[in-house]
Amino acid sequence: MASLRCFLRSGKNAVSAVLRREFHRTPPAAVQVTVRDALNQAMDEELERDERVFLLGEEVAQYDGAYKVSRGLWKKYGDKRIIDTPITEMGFAGIAVGAAMAGLRPICEFMTFNFSMQAIDQVINSAAKTYYMSAGFQPVPIVFRGPNGASAGVAAQHSQCFAAWYGHCPGLKVVSPWSAEDAKGLLKAAIRDDNPVVVLENELMYGVPFEISEQAQSKDFVIPIGKAKIERQGNHITLVSHSRMVGLCLDAAAVLAKEGIECEVVNMRTIRPLDAEAIETSVMKTNHLITVEGGWPQFGVGAEILARLMEGPAFNYLDAPAVRVTGVDIPMPYAKILEDNSVPQIKDIIFSVKKTLNV
Amino acid sequence: MQNMLTVIANALKGGAKMNGAQTVSEGTRVVVSARSFADLTPQASFDIKRCDLHRLDEGPSVQTVLTREEGLRYYRTMQTMRRMELKADQLYKQKIIRGFCHLYDGQEACAVGIEAGINPTDHLITAYRAHGYTYTRGVSVNKIMAELTGRRGGVAKGKGGSMHMYAKNFYGGNGIVGAQVPLGAGVALACQYQGKKEVCVTLYGDGAANQGQIFESFNMAALWKLPCIFICENNKYGMGTSVERASASTDYYKRGDYIPGLRVDGMDVLGVREATKFAADYCRSGKGPILMELQTYRYHGHSMSDPGVSYRTREEIQEVRSKSDPITMLKDRMISNNMASLEEIKDIDAEIRKEVEAAAQFATSDPEPPMEDLCNHIFHNDAPLEVRGTNPWMRLKSLS
Repeated sequence: MASLRCFLRSGKNAVSAVLRREFHRTPPAAVQVTVRDALNQAMDEELERDERVFLLGEEVAQYDGAYKVSRGLWKKYGDKRIIDTPITEMGFAGIAVGAAMAGLRPICEFMTFNFSMQAIDQVINSAAKTYYMSAGFQPVPIVFRGPNGASAGVAAQHSQCFAAWYGHCPGLKVVSPWSAEDAKGLLKAAIRDDNPVVVLENELMYGVPFEISEQAQSKDFVIPIGKAKIERQGNHITLVSHSRMVGLCLDAAAVLAKEGIECEVVNMRTIRPLDAEAIETSVMKTNHLITVEGGWPQFGVGAEILARLMEGPAFNYLDAPAVRVTGVDIPMPYAKILEDNSVPQIKDIIFSVKKTLNV
Repeated sequence: MQNMLTVIANALKGGAKMNGAQTVSEGTRVVVSARSFADLTPQASFDIKRCDLHRLDEGPSVQTVLTREEGLRYYRTMQTMRRMELKADQLYKQKIIRGFCHLYDGQEACAVGIEAGINPTDHLITAYRAHGYTYTRGVSVNKIMAELTGRRGGVAKGKGGSMHMYAKNFYGGNGIVGAQVPLGAGVALACQYQGKKEVCVTLYGDGAANQGQIFESFNMAALWKLPCIFICENNKYGMGTSVERASASTDYYKRGDYIPGLRVDGMDVLGVREATKFAADYCRSGKGPILMELQTYRYHGHSMSDPGVSYRTREEIQEVRSKSDPITMLKDRMISNNMASLEEIKDIDAEIRKEVEAAAQFATSDPEPPMEDLCNHIFHNDAPLEVRGTNPWMRLKSLS
């Protein structure tokens, strides 16, 4: 079986991949796809596959999507399947949940997850908890998706990361794709899942192209929810992150490799259920851990990972305290110089690695 | 003798400028004025469109008196707002302004008319299309533009940006659609509580008009008779969605149900002023809230990332510009009633251009905020705080 390993740094130069030769096989045709197009394909394929699937949200239909993620879908599927809503999140999220309860499979788009705060009661109390409260009688097969976290220059009310908030709640699945392949596979998996799934996309990643494998081009390609991926192997230290920060970790790893420090980069892919096993296995190999996230430190994704590590088998393998690299604990400022210094940069990761390894 | 002649010559020259001297040929300065200052009409009466009323027996007056001084002031304010927004457009395209930028050009008569109908001690809150209101509520063009460019001289020290500018009795600048409406009702509650006969003008758009929290605010404001003027600026589109596609009822002035309402031509600054005065009197008398719908139009798209022509035609935009532009309408009224001269208006335009250009200069040359300011302003009146940076070894300082 040919294996294809792609090393991609924020969509820049693809490092060459090595294939094991099989005499009767030609190299798989890899294709460049942006994250936006991958999400678009995922929705297109699932809309085609199952007529109970429909998309609703602000500007998703005639405007082609505020960030053009749903481009062309309204033209193809029409008013019944692609619905423009008024600017009323609490209302349309509730409507989406109700539709899911009655047998449909809605994709509810929040223009950004900041606006989901207006509707969060419907996501948590109406969607996440209902299957439990009904003792298995009433499932809610719904997907909530949209861009999450910091963008560029959009200031405090439009830059929050909700991974920790949604990741906190039982009854919800929460995924956070990084690459185009992640985006496609996880969104398809989310739509096929019979449970409420929150898909945290990232606006800054939408335009980034990635090579996706032939396997990923298939209409049945799904990535299992709850499984992390090792993006880069290494022996000295484990870097765990999700979404855009995975790219930064890979960039930092490339710089550190020149100094002989080999980082293992783990792409979480799923926030909840958290793949603690993958992280523990890695830490038991490298003996050092750093988590990297865009969100705030207190009660964040990194905090949970570090806690699990303390409580699990990998604790005894740590040679240094595990550490979190996070956004600065402030509302997001507007001015560029302040904003740039409010989120982790590559140098912060490198600094933390060296401090942890004591080099 | 020589001095006196100079003084007289200067006085005549200055007078000629004010009196709108008709030049014999381009470029020559003519001291003898064709019209004298005394010839201009100091005030005139104007008809305004009758408002559509909801649960009101009578509405604002259909006639209003405009003085020359008022007219020039409204003109100057609207024109400054216009030029400021166009300059912001330019700077955004040069990537000197980044992030979100929602421009107000076309809607100037709303902000200026409202301000003319209330007192500086009254309160106002709006959504994210806020640059115009920031100006009418007293913030200088310099401080607005420097905030857009994210510099330390900005009204929020560069930390807020386009949607988060504040001033005394002006509560922003709010990024979340509709959230400002309960806030405005709350300001009105404080006004009532403090007994100073002040009112709060609470603005929202046609897109926000369907938000549940607005109806919650209507209910409490009416129940408790809060001195709140709810104003819906209906510019026909909520981002890319026309009013017909978003609202089951587009009679926004009636959507307050038990709250009386009026629908006003938002392109006529005098109409807006009269309606606002009417509404403010109503609220101040303790009768409770009132709702105003201003029918207006934005020339730009929803924001700088929206070209604004995928959901409406260029012909429509052009039609509004040529037939209903608020600044042109005021200018034409004043000129045709001999309340101002073309020369004078041109001079004002030139002054404003210079002022806005200078503000843009300031906004582009002012330095960015200092890194020491990164963590400040988390809490008010609190002891200095330690804030975690991007890693546990980075301990930053936060002052109130």
